[in-house]
Amino acid sequence: MELKKPAMAGTMESSDVQITLRPNPGQGIIINLQSDVKVMFGDAIEETVRAVLAEFDVRDALVDVKDKGALDFVIRARMQCAVCRAAEVQYDWGKGDPNG
Amino acid sequence: MIVNSLGRELPETIGNYVVRPYQGAYATPASTDTVVTKRTMGHRIPGDTKLLGSLKEAIVASGLKDGMTISFHHSFREGDMIIGQVLTSIRELGIKGLRFAPSAVVNIKNPSIVDFVKDGTIDRIEASGIRGQLGDAVLAGEMKNPVILRTHGARPRAIEAGELQIDVAFIGASAADDYGNCTGCVGPNACGSLGYSFVDAHNAGCVIVVTDNLVDYPCAPASISQQYVDYVVKVDQIGDPDKIGKGAARLTKNPRDLMIAERTVDLIAASRRFKEGFSFQTGAGAIPIAITKYLADRMREKGVKASFALGGIPAAIIDMYDEGLVRVVECSQSFDSVAARAIADRPGVIEIDNADYANAYSKGGFLNREDFGVLGALEVDTDFNVNILTGSSGEMMGGLGGGPDVAGGAAISIVTIPIIRGRTPSIVKRVFTLCTPGETVAAVVTEAGVALNPKHKNYQELKEDLEQTSLKLVTIEELQQLAESMTGVPKPIETTDRVACIVEYRDGTVIDVIREVKR
Amino acid sequence: MAKGELMRTSMYAGGTSPVKMIQAGFYNEDCLVYDLEDSVSAGEKDAARFLVYNAVKYQRPKDKYILIRVNGIYSKELDEDLEAAVRAQPDAIRIPKVEYASEVVKIDEKITAIEKKAGLPVGGIQLWCNIESYLGVLNAQEIATASPRVAAMALGAEDFTASMSAQRTKPGWEIFYARNAILMACRAAGISAQDAVFSDINDNEGLEKDLEMTRALGFDGKTCVHPRQIDKVNACFTPSQKEIRNAQRVLEALEEAARNHTGVCTLDGGMVDKPMELRARTTLAKAEAAGIKFGGVVR
Repeated sequence: MELKKPAMAGTMESSDVQITLRPNPGQGIIINLQSDVKVMFGDAIEETVRAVLAEFDVRDALVDVKDKGALDFVIRARMQCAVCRAAEVQYDWGKGDPNG
Repeated sequence: MIVNSLGRELPETIGNYVVRPYQGAYATPASTDTVVTKRTMGHRIPGDTKLLGSLKEAIVASGLKDGMTISFHHSFREGDMIIGQVLTSIRELGIKGLRFAPSAVVNIKNPSIVDFVKDGTIDRIEASGIRGQLGDAVLAGEMKNPVILRTHGARPRAIEAGELQIDVAFIGASAADDYGNCTGCVGPNACGSLGYSFVDAHNAGCVIVVTDNLVDYPCAPASISQQYVDYVVKVDQIGDPDKIGKGAARLTKNPRDLMIAERTVDLIAASRRFKEGFSFQTGAGAIPIAITKYLADRMREKGVKASFALGGIPAAIIDMYDEGLVRVVECSQSFDSVAARAIADRPGVIEIDNADYANAYSKGGFLNREDFGVLGALEVDTDFNVNILTGSSGEMMGGLGGGPDVAGGAAISIVTIPIIRGRTPSIVKRVFTLCTPGETVAAVVTEAGVALNPKHKNYQELKEDLEQTSLKLVTIEELQQLAESMTGVPKPIETTDRVACIVEYRDGTVIDVIREVKR
Repeated sequence: MAKGELMRTSMYAGGTSPVKMIQAGFYNEDCLVYDLEDSVSAGEKDAARFLVYNAVKYQRPKDKYILIRVNGIYSKELDEDLEAAVRAQPDAIRIPKVEYASEVVKIDEKITAIEKKAGLPVGGIQLWCNIESYLGVLNAQEIATASPRVAAMALGAEDFTASMSAQRTKPGWEIFYARNAILMACRAAGISAQDAVFSDINDNEGLEKDLEMTRALGFDGKTCVHPRQIDKVNACFTPSQKEIRNAQRVLEALEEAARNHTGVCTLDGGMVDKPMELRARTTLAKAEAAGIKFGGVVR
């Protein structure tokens, strides 16, 4: 999936994460992470960011992550929201359905 | 390498420091030695003056030389301006390689202590905690000698045992006369109790009182008497009045903190020790202030009065005293302007020596008589060990304070802590730095429930008392698992072999060390 | 699932604030409602949907009855809200501003369709209907029985009084009829009746007075607007020590009568009849579910 425009999701409130996505055509995925828990969870945060990009099959993106101690589900949610906004698509909630 | 009784690996020596490993909270018996002091008998004939014209003059008069030890108290907290002025004068005199031994954590900015470390004025530090730029610098290996960290109670012990000997003590006072009688209880920059400086006044080689408020002789009240003082210096400002004289802390609105506070009071009120004449301490911070207010409500409800409140005192406790809920307030530190001024005008609010509050190696102090003590923490592990020094990335964040002392002395010691802070789990399998041994912690109160320590000496009674209530009792393992299930498993912090800080317990044994973090 | 299906208190957590959503999991409310509707601005509806879905799916608080409040029946967000909400598998979906049984039926059908597609047990997700207008009150009986999914009805007092051009007051006479209408409809349908919020979080006395009405009328639960109300509201629906003791005496008397094979059971000079027995058992069940310890429980 192609990102069509820059988009942001999330806030700078404690326990949230602000994610800014920008198209990065043909240049792969570049993640810039700022977080107070980088030492403990930096790898885990990056893993989640990449997993969501893979979920949408996004191969090129500039990802700016300003983490304020967000739990994993928050990072997923903000990433999913940012991708949909940047790619201008609606999320397909039923894509994993067995009886779709 | 040796391993202490809590399983922490320690080198046998660290530079010149010989490690005595921790063997248990009550393992070290009383010493039969007499106390060591650097106080000399003085002799002043009538007409001698102690009042000198400047800090520099006083420093020269004290005989301070390279390699000596200087001390300060921390009662001015973030508003202190004495330490910066004194160190600047020392630097201008070209004196170097000093041991800096304040009574607790010092976090002054502009100038920062780091500056004096970098230029060699200070080359070793013994304190209760180091923070900010200084903490970062130490953990990055910028101090050749490891920092020795002691609790409030451990410092007077170390001084009287001769392990920490102070050559020159600089004692800031908000009111002083020209002969050295001084106090922190009155004056424009009153900070309240000077309890942390008493041991310095009684045992340093030379005592210099620094004030911005010279009063007519004799200064009354006097917390430190003239007979201990060598010189007096007046400066323009000893501190920032906004930061020293700040108002009473307001009750927090954070529902999580309020819930933890309420649970703590439920625990206290359910205990059989909650009866007429009980004693307690709550400390400073959002949760402690809330606990103090809820405790007052409960005491009013049940018609129970306390015999004494102890330790660092905020306005909320003075309010309890005024209402007649507490008979005596034993104040080692004043947290705000209300508490600071209460000592002078309320007969039952008493300034006490920090040693009387927290030193386990005296003839017996207040903590041995305390029923309930509340402690904060950065981390607690499944053995109930507490970390109040290092944060989630291994950075220096807190200070030992009196936590380990309170836990060691109080009958029921209660750690209040949320199970996670942001994504940082606070209940862990193993604390990064061990400050307070688990055997001295009776209970941990969190928003997810209350865990009692089966290894604590009063476990049985507390368990019986709490089973009558509807308080949610859980195991510490459940709390740790819940925290981890929310945050995920953190990557462990990697350290080098070099010891940056030595953490001493109340008896001077080494309970843990802090090694440099790998960058 | 909640412990013993207690529904004394429900608390909203807006789908915009992760910290509030996480903290809400630790309070003592029986029911936690993640909100996609009034607390979320139009521009953030998509973000809230992702947050709430992921929260319920991956970080669901244990020991609580979990609900998701979707946007209104005629809103453009509803369909997508349901796609996400059903798949998150909460205990119930809370529908705002319900006025007709047909609306409930429509939502029931949409949920069923999604449950089938997603391979989830059909009928597993319940419905709570918020009644927030005079039409909703007038149609309360048919709404309560519109679908087997309907497990509770709740009064939304602010919007209701607005629809009536009435004034919202603390004594609450303007909602008195609505409260009773909803209560009776709930009783007839055998579902839970949830009272409206008391919105002045700083007025403790006012809350106590309001709770006296809530309790006297017979509500099963009440929505809280702030965590500091939760313990008081829980207490309102929790039997007192005196009530527990009386209930125990009733059951002890019944047991004794059964042991001695006496036909009729008496207590304090009066007969112990079926309704008394039922009330006694309900009282003890409520007490036990609330975690109150009492010895010598008679079943």
